[in-house]
Amino acid sequence: MNVASEPFLKRLLVKAGLSSSLHKLRGGVHPEGRKDLSAEPPIRVLPMPERLYVPLQQHIGAPARHLVGVGEVVKKGQLLAASQGMVSAPVHAPTSGRVIAIGDFPGPHPSGLPMPTLTIEADGLDAWIDADPPADPFALSPEEVATRVGAAGIVGLGGAAFPAAVKLNLSRRNEVRTLIMNGGECEPYLTCDDRLMQERAAQIVEGIRLIAHATGAGEILVGIEDNKPDAIAAMTKAAAGGPVKVVKVPAMYPMGSEKQLIQVLTGQEVPAGGRAADIGVLVHNVGTAYAVQQALCLGRPLVSRIITVSGGAIMAPGNLEAPIGALAADLVRACGGLREDAARLVLGGPMMGTQLTSLDVPVIKGSSGVLALTVQEVEQTRPGPCIRCSSCVRACPMGLLPLEMAARIRAGDPAGAVDWGLKDCIACGSCSYVCPSHIPLVHWFNHAKGDLAARERLKMKNEATKKLADERSARMQRIAQEREEAARLRAAKKAAADAAKKAAAEAAAAAKAAAKAKEEVEA
Amino acid sequence: MTTLAHSPHAHAQTSVGQVMGTVMLALTPATLFGFWLYGWPAINLWVVSLGVALLAEAVSLKIMGRPVRGALLDGSALLTAWLLALSLPPWAPWWLAAVGSLFAIVLAKQIFGGLGQNLFNPAMAARVMLLISFPLEMTSWIAPLPITSAGAPGFVEGLAITFAGMAPADGMTSATLLGHVKTELGRDIVLPQALGSYFDPATFMLGQRAGSFGETSALLLLIGGLVLIVRRVITWHIPLAMLAGVALPALLANWIAPEAYLAPGLHLLSGGLILAAFFIATDPVTSPNSASGQLLFGFGIGGLTWIIRTWGGYPEGVAFAVMLMNAAIPVIDRYFKPRIYGRDRKGAALAPAKEATR
Repeated sequence: MNVASEPFLKRLLVKAGLSSSLHKLRGGVHPEGRKDLSAEPPIRVLPMPERLYVPLQQHIGAPARHLVGVGEVVKKGQLLAASQGMVSAPVHAPTSGRVIAIGDFPGPHPSGLPMPTLTIEADGLDAWIDADPPADPFALSPEEVATRVGAAGIVGLGGAAFPAAVKLNLSRRNEVRTLIMNGGECEPYLTCDDRLMQERAAQIVEGIRLIAHATGAGEILVGIEDNKPDAIAAMTKAAAGGPVKVVKVPAMYPMGSEKQLIQVLTGQEVPAGGRAADIGVLVHNVGTAYAVQQALCLGRPLVSRIITVSGGAIMAPGNLEAPIGALAADLVRACGGLREDAARLVLGGPMMGTQLTSLDVPVIKGSSGVLALTVQEVEQTRPGPCIRCSSCVRACPMGLLPLEMAARIRAGDPAGAVDWGLKDCIACGSCSYVCPSHIPLVHWFNHAKGDLAARERLKMKNEATKKLADERSARMQRIAQEREEAARLRAAKKAAADAAKKAAAEAAAAAKAAAKAKEEVEA
Repeated sequence: MTTLAHSPHAHAQTSVGQVMGTVMLALTPATLFGFWLYGWPAINLWVVSLGVALLAEAVSLKIMGRPVRGALLDGSALLTAWLLALSLPPWAPWWLAAVGSLFAIVLAKQIFGGLGQNLFNPAMAARVMLLISFPLEMTSWIAPLPITSAGAPGFVEGLAITFAGMAPADGMTSATLLGHVKTELGRDIVLPQALGSYFDPATFMLGQRAGSFGETSALLLLIGGLVLIVRRVITWHIPLAMLAGVALPALLANWIAPEAYLAPGLHLLSGGLILAAFFIATDPVTSPNSASGQLLFGFGIGGLTWIIRTWGGYPEGVAFAVMLMNAAIPVIDRYFKPRIYGRDRKGAALAPAKEATR
């Protein structure tokens, strides 16, 4: 750990055992956990639905290109769509069956807009493809591990769904020293990582060691919030005697945010606009480690994940191991269905998740939870005026002034909000959560970010249009010039030809006259 | 389930009304003590102050075409009037409270755009206005006369004092410590003599002294202030900085020339300092955003208060000091911002620290 840059006093306190070696998270909030709803029952496997709807884009980056046709019979784990582009991830069949449609299907997004999706009719056998796991995955070269992780379609399972292999390669290039495994799970309600760590700690630890092997990181820390004592115990036991060190971190939102977890565990901050790799750190979710272990040790690509189904309006909350492409409705049904007082459906956690307008959308690799919340849980009130209480300032883990940014956005000046740090906002929602006036601050910020991005795109488009127009007018000018030149040349040629003709005629006439004269002389 | 909502889909159990309610609850002990100490006239004053404020708020909102009910229930107008009432002389005439409340709500708050938009603390703006416009009424102090004691005015007599301008008997009037000291120093009488038996720390702590009706009991106000800090309605920054802002220069001056400058303890327990430190300077609308800005703001109020008390024309300077520092908030907020994660104090991105940490 980077102790050298620590203040002297802190170092003394740590040495004397008077202070924890952890660093402080700035701001943060303590939302009601409500994890007890789903934390107790063990993970259940979702009964295979009749149909699965597998979107081609489940990750950040370019959508995958499908390789199978309608009517084709596929095995579980078979490659359905290949990654394309630098940042992309392939998609595999979540069960065995037949591809019955390729086309648009509503995606798990608040808009409910359709996205390219493969529909698979399950044959009920759930038969895996023939796997070819390496005898000893640790004997593979780091490059080979990253390649296999990429080929297994593994993306960050904490929610961001960034292709894992891209991150591994980036880390190796940046010579990452510290690998941080995120077991924070600071979002209320969600317990999928908690259950996974309790039930499959050995596999996770093996996956962590594989990730460390792929990156060459020397220090390996697993950060788990102290509200998950069972998970901490299970992980500590599984990691005993190895290089993996389990660290208990205080339960506070947003502890599970990459930047904040790095800060708490190492005392370092990711430079603004940079990546964790810039300071020699790589962060992965514990669920991702499990997927890596499955891919490298068993040869199984990522085709299912643990999803928390919870909320006051779910009859029997719990955690399900669900195939990618199962409908949210399938998951809710397996948890006893909805109660009548369901007021809002959410995909992900309540702090950063998105609202679902329908349960008839598939869950994807990045889906950590399906929540059905009651009116009381949502606690929605009409926003009032800002009283400048600066609760949001104290809550912001990034050290921003949400009230000032919102004031500028309200005044139609998103660029002004950038001056107050809009681009550093991680949209964690802490400010909105604590606002006594119930002002939807994060909504303002995301709106402004979208607005700025749209302006940026428009500017680029305008510039491109202008460039095209300029090129066209230059081209037209050149063509006109060329035509003129050609016409001039033609005219000159014609004139020359005419002159030559005339000269020839004159010469002929002269010759004729000369001949005639000669004849006359001879005669 | 058709309306779309942005995250977060959960919210802390809090509202503006709840925040204001907590502050009022924290003010209650000191207020009840004031009722007991100064009797029915003080109660009347409090009722007039709050009633006029509610009325003024309702009419203002109505004229501006804003929803009236919700804004009245948020408690902000009540709190403003409550703080103003606590800072008035306890036996002041009703119209003083009425004019003050009207000024605070209409001119100091609603004209600026209502809740959250005012530059100056409405209660302090009103107090300053009253002090300048009605200096006699604003400095007619009364000696403590508990409601349970024999000479205390009854209900009817109380009405006469507040509403009919019945003057209190001669023996009942008194001067505040700060006023007394100012007068005596003006007459070239040095401090130990001037003070005489005026100052007794225990009495001042409990509040059995002449002063504004809710400002005298330092103990009860401190308890209320601590409740606010514990309930996280306010933070410690402004109160502590403000008390330090008074105590430090007082300590220094008193150490150099004890015959001319009051000791810090006297300063802290006199006038409206404790009330202002915990309940007025901490007003969210009229205080800076960042912790460092709040420290400067509080210290500035304290320092200015000491300066005005020591060298100014008025014996008490808290209200002026609060307003002066209110005016400085836009500048403070501009220069005192929290450091953003991943950036240095100037806002430049931190350098990738790889080499430096190896």
